[in-house]
Amino acid sequence: MNAKGTVFKYGDNVDTDVIIPARYLNSSDPAELAAHCMEDIDKEFIKKVKKGDIIVADKNFGCGSSREHAPIAIKAAGVSCVIAETFARIFYRNAINIGLPIIECPEAARGIQAGDEVEVDFDSGIITDLTRGTSFQGQAFPPFMQKIIAAEGLINYINRQ
Amino acid sequence: MGMTMTQKILAAHAHLASVEAGQLIEADLDLVLGNDITSPVAIKEMEKMNKKGVFDKDKIALVPDHFVPNKDIKSAEHCKCVREFARKNQITNYFEVGEMGIEHALLPEKGLTVAGDVIIGADSHTCTYGALGAFSTGVGSTDMAAGMATGKAWFKVPAAIRIVLTGKPSRWVSGKDVILHIIGMIGVDGALYKSLEFTGDGISHLTMDDRFTIANMAIEAGAKNGIFPVDDAAKTYMKEHSNRSYTVYEADADAVYDEEYTVDLSSLKSTVAFPHLPENTHTIDEVGDIAIDQVVIGSCTNGRLEDLRTAAEVLKGRHVAKGMRCIIIPATQKIYMDAMEEGLLKIFIEAGAVVSTPTCGPCLGGYMGILAEGERCVSTTNRNFVGRMGHVSSEIYLASPAVAAASAVTGKISGPEAL
Repeated sequence: MNAKGTVFKYGDNVDTDVIIPARYLNSSDPAELAAHCMEDIDKEFIKKVKKGDIIVADKNFGCGSSREHAPIAIKAAGVSCVIAETFARIFYRNAINIGLPIIECPEAARGIQAGDEVEVDFDSGIITDLTRGTSFQGQAFPPFMQKIIAAEGLINYINRQ
Repeated sequence: MGMTMTQKILAAHAHLASVEAGQLIEADLDLVLGNDITSPVAIKEMEKMNKKGVFDKDKIALVPDHFVPNKDIKSAEHCKCVREFARKNQITNYFEVGEMGIEHALLPEKGLTVAGDVIIGADSHTCTYGALGAFSTGVGSTDMAAGMATGKAWFKVPAAIRIVLTGKPSRWVSGKDVILHIIGMIGVDGALYKSLEFTGDGISHLTMDDRFTIANMAIEAGAKNGIFPVDDAAKTYMKEHSNRSYTVYEADADAVYDEEYTVDLSSLKSTVAFPHLPENTHTIDEVGDIAIDQVVIGSCTNGRLEDLRTAAEVLKGRHVAKGMRCIIIPATQKIYMDAMEEGLLKIFIEAGAVVSTPTCGPCLGGYMGILAEGERCVSTTNRNFVGRMGHVSSEIYLASPAVAAASAVTGKISGPEAL
């Protein structure tokens, strides 16, 4: 499984309140949530994002609230993968549980710039910056999590057990 | 190798003799919690499952508290979804408006959380119950759905940071100042993926309400959970609130901690976290002149009776500054009633504050105190992220009830000593 797209770059501590502000949490419709994704830190994001694009951020991405609406909004906006130096733990769980691929890689978070074309190979964990001709080894998921991702989320994984 | 308190609770619930940090386990759950924001998504996920129904109707708590009483039609639809699910599945612990409260104040008060439990909640502040010596942690809606259906959840066993609390805090220093100080010290990701295990003789000087506040904000340091040893105060609290039996776990003497910090409570001052991260802390004497527009006293962090008593002590015989809005939100119906009987509500209203029915409301920018462009609020809540309480350019300063109440009187960020 691969992801390939243009990079949107953010800094440290991107919290779930800016990923999807609580004023929109009276809805749980993925498309409606996606329409407001990132709007409090990047009003251009939702206008520019295309299917397959990739978010790259520094440390503690997704900190704050446990709202699963955050990874749901990112996934529904068309984002194929989030790469970060580290993820906040609830966001990390939620992303895996809903089948949004995420990958921890401090070197990639530093080396990749906004607008770069990036490809991610989930099987090997290799992240390639096609614009700069560089590549990085991301942290591969433990087998248990790979099974959940392969089943496209926790619910399907449980259903198959 | 010795285990931490958290690791011992997890091992017991995974039916293992021992566990170590990094190990993936599946643990039995004593309680699964959801609110009006997260439960509808979980309920939708449950519908996709082959297994129908819930694992135990007595071990699920559904607490509509974020946007209730319903703030708009969409919120009403969400609450209706939760209400119908609770009815259909005969959920024992569904709390309707009129009997509800903010979930993390309500569940311990109702005796649903006790020492030794493993609890997941689709709300990040589920870590609050660590004050009672339980392992409790926030998860998302899908985990909640799986938990409601199977009674189990997967965990990566956390490593731990040991926080040794010593000394006795001075008069106006509360649990809020302790946890803000710690977050300022280790940062908003200082405990990422880890447990914060509190220990030390200073704990005996912290009330249960202080401990709930401290455990509540463990997540603001990125922690998986925060946990306190079970002492006489915790046992008394559980005896007064719960019929459930509990199990006391203690960390092994040779338990391994990634890091250790000592905090002398007697050296702490009232602490304020500036926008836009809880780690941007300043002690009250270095705050300077910062004029504010609103004060909020409430939330799962600081809406308990002791918090209201402190606010009342500061506001008694005084009046909120002209043009200032001071919004006080008792966290549960019982706290509301107790505050009424103690005469606290009268003090608040005479001081020019407004008192609301329990709701998370303004904490997450829902309603009941949204900020306009450029406005500043001193709040006893837990997060001061960009746009958290309203307009993207508004600012939140996190503080204790004492500082919040004093600031309401002066119209600028102030400690009670300044009055």
